[in-house]
Amino acid sequence: MAEIRNYTLNFGPQHPSAHGVLRLVLELDGEVIERADPHIGLLHRGTEKLAEHKAFNQNIGYMDRLDYVSMLANEHGYVLAIEKMLGTVPPVRAQYIRVMFDEVTRILNHLLWLGAHALDIGAMTVFLFAFREREDLFDAYEAVSGARMHATYYRPGGVYRDLPDTMPKYETSKWHNQKEVNKLNENREGSLLDFLEDFTRRFPGYVDEYETLLTDNRIWKQRTVDIAIVSPERALQMGLTGPMLRGSGVEWDLRKKQPYEVYDQLDFDIPVGVTGDCYDRYLVRVAEMREANKIIKQCIDWLRANPGPVIVNDVKVAPPSRENMKGNMEAMIHHFKLFTEGYCVPEGEAYAAVEHPKGEFGIYLVSDGANKPYRLKIRAPGFAHLAALDEMSRGHMLADVVAIIGTQDIVFGEVDR
Amino acid sequence: MLELILTTWDALPEILQIVLKIVVIVVPIMLSVAYLTLAERKVIGYIQVRIGPNRVGPKGLLQPIADGLKLLMKEIIIPTNSNRYLFIAAPIIALAPALAAWAVIPFNAELLLSDLDAGLLYILALTSFGVYGIIIAGWASNSKYAFLGALRSAAQVVSYEIAMGFALVGVLLAAHSLNIRDIVEAQAGGVFHWFWLPLLPLFVVYFLAGVAETNRAPFDVAEGESEIVAGFHVEYSGMCFALFFLAEYANMILIAALTALMFLGGWYSPFPGLPVIGEPSIIWLFAKMSVFLFLFLWFRATFPRYRYDQIMRLGWKVFIPVTIVWLLVVAVAVLAELGPWFD
Repeated sequence: MAEIRNYTLNFGPQHPSAHGVLRLVLELDGEVIERADPHIGLLHRGTEKLAEHKAFNQNIGYMDRLDYVSMLANEHGYVLAIEKMLGTVPPVRAQYIRVMFDEVTRILNHLLWLGAHALDIGAMTVFLFAFREREDLFDAYEAVSGARMHATYYRPGGVYRDLPDTMPKYETSKWHNQKEVNKLNENREGSLLDFLEDFTRRFPGYVDEYETLLTDNRIWKQRTVDIAIVSPERALQMGLTGPMLRGSGVEWDLRKKQPYEVYDQLDFDIPVGVTGDCYDRYLVRVAEMREANKIIKQCIDWLRANPGPVIVNDVKVAPPSRENMKGNMEAMIHHFKLFTEGYCVPEGEAYAAVEHPKGEFGIYLVSDGANKPYRLKIRAPGFAHLAALDEMSRGHMLADVVAIIGTQDIVFGEVDR
Repeated sequence: MLELILTTWDALPEILQIVLKIVVIVVPIMLSVAYLTLAERKVIGYIQVRIGPNRVGPKGLLQPIADGLKLLMKEIIIPTNSNRYLFIAAPIIALAPALAAWAVIPFNAELLLSDLDAGLLYILALTSFGVYGIIIAGWASNSKYAFLGALRSAAQVVSYEIAMGFALVGVLLAAHSLNIRDIVEAQAGGVFHWFWLPLLPLFVVYFLAGVAETNRAPFDVAEGESEIVAGFHVEYSGMCFALFFLAEYANMILIAALTALMFLGGWYSPFPGLPVIGEPSIIWLFAKMSVFLFLFLWFRATFPRYRYDQIMRLGWKVFIPVTIVWLLVVAVAVLAELGPWFD
């Protein structure tokens, strides 16, 4: 009898569902996965090393580019670590703004995840629906920071500037006449908070739309129920965090367990799954979008009622006001020092973690007292998830690997760093 | 003038007459295929809250022409390790049966190329022949992804061919004929005389099996965009690639036409007896085909893709048993001469 060997399939890095640059070496028995070997490093940019040569504030922009679908959540982890070492506490308004934008980011991330996951499984419409809503949230990013994705908006000690009172508006063009433009601008007449509030009102309806397409769809269920079951024990052992862990039924969420910023004053629930399969993780993430929407609503109400400073009044860490800088010699010097040398962080080390949309995003920071980090270690949730891919996909079929990559919500910016 | 045309027509040698008839059928089919791609992009576009192509020509109407030109100009890349003869032959084998099947499709009681008495058998034979193109393409490419696609396609077509065949047997039982024109004529007389009602499960199974046969979503595992990239035609480019698409869309139109002819009364009007709109007409056939073609597109925009083994399960454990049971029901109904269909 002929010697039978397994089929080795090189999946990626140029593969439509490799979510960027995943290279998977699959060992197949027919279509059944015997072994899945993820190769990483194709998107390595040396963020951690680069950070050692830049002043603390200059690294904030690198954080956006780690997990490039949840930009501000990455910044948050980094900024929290610096604040921990400096001992600064940002004003409450800044904390609310950060929480609000963290949740906006969570929705952004989950929308992309939902769209990509559904597209991997073959339902393409959800993807475009999700992008329609992402557009609004990007506009919110743009209004507050000037950039649609890589915001660089958080600063140690607060946020870069207060929320704008006006939203940018569409203008007439060859393709859109005044009437259409007026319709597009309808919810942009007020401030950013009005715009976001309008979004929070519409969003639950949109989530219902996605759920109509997927939740009770028989094909969707056949493709996700009982695929890649992870028991709660194994999930903990493998270091899964975020929705991956909660999908297995472990109620672990840093926002509740180790509250940072103002999460302890907000009312929200942590959705958990039961069986720990792809379907449960899908339900958990969809429920998280609804919870995030609730949090945004609460933040909007608070921010409306409580104006105030958004960054600490400490010129060693935060720049003085523009007006002050133009007329005051001392402020001018502080400004110059801050934007050239930066600030020095006392010697020591700190670990700060946030509940990133994908899981626990942690920054371990070591400082030798200089104006730049001595060592910056990034704990990316996706890395641990990808390590679990082999175990999750064993015994499943080729088409399920795609569903599993989707359910892990892998982004290579953070895995390869 | 008309007389002149008729006399020249009669003067032509028969072979030339047949060739001309074929041209008259194939050219509109190819045009419909081209515009079906545009319709697909537009329909799915609007379902997905976007606009679809609107830049080439007025309202994007020249888009298919531009696509066709682009594909014609592109280089046909033949992978070094492929079997070059089979590699070139595969798209031709895929397209030929999709067009040849039209020979027995009647457009109305008079307008048809060949009034074959075994029309249904001919259709069955040719539609299953198309899969050879896919299997050969997957094999000749000598690529792992293409090979997986070919294997999936082979398994899928074998299972769905059976369900499809059984559904056709039901039609044959009901109409007492294998001639497609006779099948349509057996359905004369209003919506409730059409076969969709007595053969409802067969009707549904036939159309769904048709979707599976044409490798369309949600049964597009042979192509499996997100799993095996493009499946059997992953190595193809240029016109060879375009031929697969022509075949796929020609097959879609064929399945839509067959479903309309066999279950929805073909060219018969749903309102017999009324003036003008009650007349049997080719327009009714096209209207019915459009409904099914729209369903193809709608499915693609809405459903996730089945997994390969789930398709097999659906085929063998649902479709085939349903058709077998309903065949018995139809047989009994025919014996009992149940009206208004079988009397």
